[in-house]
Amino acid sequence: MQTQTVKIVVTGPFNAGKTEFIRSVSEIDVVSTEKRISATAEKIKESTTVAMDFGRITVDNDLVLFLFGTPGQKRFDFMWEILSEGMLGFIVMVDSTRPETFREARSILETFKAYAPTPYLVTANKQDLYDAWDTEDMRLALRLDPSVKILPCEATKKSSVKRVLLELLYGILKEMDDNEARQNNQEDEIS
Amino acid sequence: MALKGNLKDFSFIQLLNLVNLANKSGALYVERPGESARVLFHNGKLEYFESSNEKPELLRSLKDQKLITAYQHTLLKERLEGFSDREAGIYLVNAGYATLDQVTTALEEDYAKKFRALFDWNEGLFRFEAGELLPENKIPVHLNLENLIVEGARELQEIEELKAEIPSLDMAIKFTDRPGTDIRNICFSPTEWQVISYVNPRNTIQQIATATKLDEIEIRRVVFTLLQAGLVEIIRPGGVPLAIPGKNLPVRNPEENRSLVKRLIDRIRSI
Ligand SMILES: Nc1nc2c(ncn2[C@@H]2O[C@H](COP(=O)(O)OP(=O)(O)OP(=O)(O)O)[C@@H](O)[C@H]2O)c(=O)[nH]1
Ligand SMILES: [Mg+2]
Repeated sequence: MQTQTVKIVVTGPFNAGKTEFIRSVSEIDVVSTEKRISATAEKIKESTTVAMDFGRITVDNDLVLFLFGTPGQKRFDFMWEILSEGMLGFIVMVDSTRPETFREARSILETFKAYAPTPYLVTANKQDLYDAWDTEDMRLALRLDPSVKILPCEATKKSSVKRVLLELLYGILKEMDDNEARQNNQEDEIS
Repeated sequence: MALKGNLKDFSFIQLLNLVNLANKSGALYVERPGESARVLFHNGKLEYFESSNEKPELLRSLKDQKLITAYQHTLLKERLEGFSDREAGIYLVNAGYATLDQVTTALEEDYAKKFRALFDWNEGLFRFEAGELLPENKIPVHLNLENLIVEGARELQEIEELKAEIPSLDMAIKFTDRPGTDIRNICFSPTEWQVISYVNPRNTIQQIATATKLDEIEIRRVVFTLLQAGLVEIIRPGGVPLAIPGKNLPVRNPEENRSLVKRLIDRIRSI
């Protein structure tokens, strides 16, 4: 039997911690297309993702989960749609210490929602830092609907990343159940 | 945990919106070179305001709000020398100068007037200290923020900013499910009411603009105001699409899909 592959996309603004997140759980060294940053405006760190990050978690002989990280910088957003093709769900990472990126996070979220109506959640990353905003404050600032999950996260910690991935998968499972219940209802109404 | 940043990244109106929606209690400090202010909130309502330019003073507020005359102000100032605001307030009420309601209303109007100056701050550090209480000697007011937010949002003139907030007019707006916002308490303009009457998941913002004869900047300004008042949210037209998990799975059988997700869950648990 052929190996099945499924994919989860990790997106969010520049420097949110996407590469770090994938690195924390991937069983292979993250295949990163990082580049040293030259433009001074964005030089708050040494390197940035330019095409994508690529991590992998093997489930068994027949099933592999890929984690794709998108580039955060706007000028690489032509990659987003390509990466979102066929995704099982997505995660929007936000740096909790940088309110100046919240608006962009909101727009990235809208864009990805438009690509595919798959389940998603938002992570308030870098919660270990003193300047981090509370998740509930971020929910309001990001104008997230009460039904959207926003989880505190430390991308540098494996346990935290695991929790986020699990929550997303639980969400996916729940959507499956809800959809099926809805379909059954419709069939009942027709018959 | 921290609620801080710079007003150039997170505007004053957005901050108020946050305090209002989260019913926050505490003190908001803002500062820029040569100027600072402190605003106290209680359960999302403005309770007290002071700035480095404006130390609030009960008698002056009452005079500015024409509750006492300039002459009375001079006399009372002498008589109430050394009284705290709270003590002075009690004296004035007992002596029949004003009712407690009148005193509070005058203070509210005075705070609101001075407070509006902060709307123009495009830059400056802010931080919110949760739980900070009103000093004992002050008179608390309970000013609803919604009207102030609406006023502030209306004043947003920056076209670039409006475009960034509302990039696409092909989106629709719907009323939020959030309990607590009572639309009747907010003073909307006739144009805003007109737009409100078209709010429906099926109407795109562009369609509303056409119906109300607003240009693309005007409609953005109104939608931004409604957004900040916490009244509406932006959605894709036709309502929110249902999530379709499984569509992207390699197999189509619901049972198999579910088992696949469960396998993923088990695997990640074991990491
Ligand atoms: N303290 C702390 N630092 C973090 C955390 N997550 C990421 N970082 C740091 O934040 C910086 C940015 O992380 P990256 O993973 O490169 O961010 P990115 O989202 O991939 O960035 P781009 O690809 O440039 O958009 C790095 O220095 C990380 O080490 C966290 O949870 N806590
Ligand atoms: Mg990266």
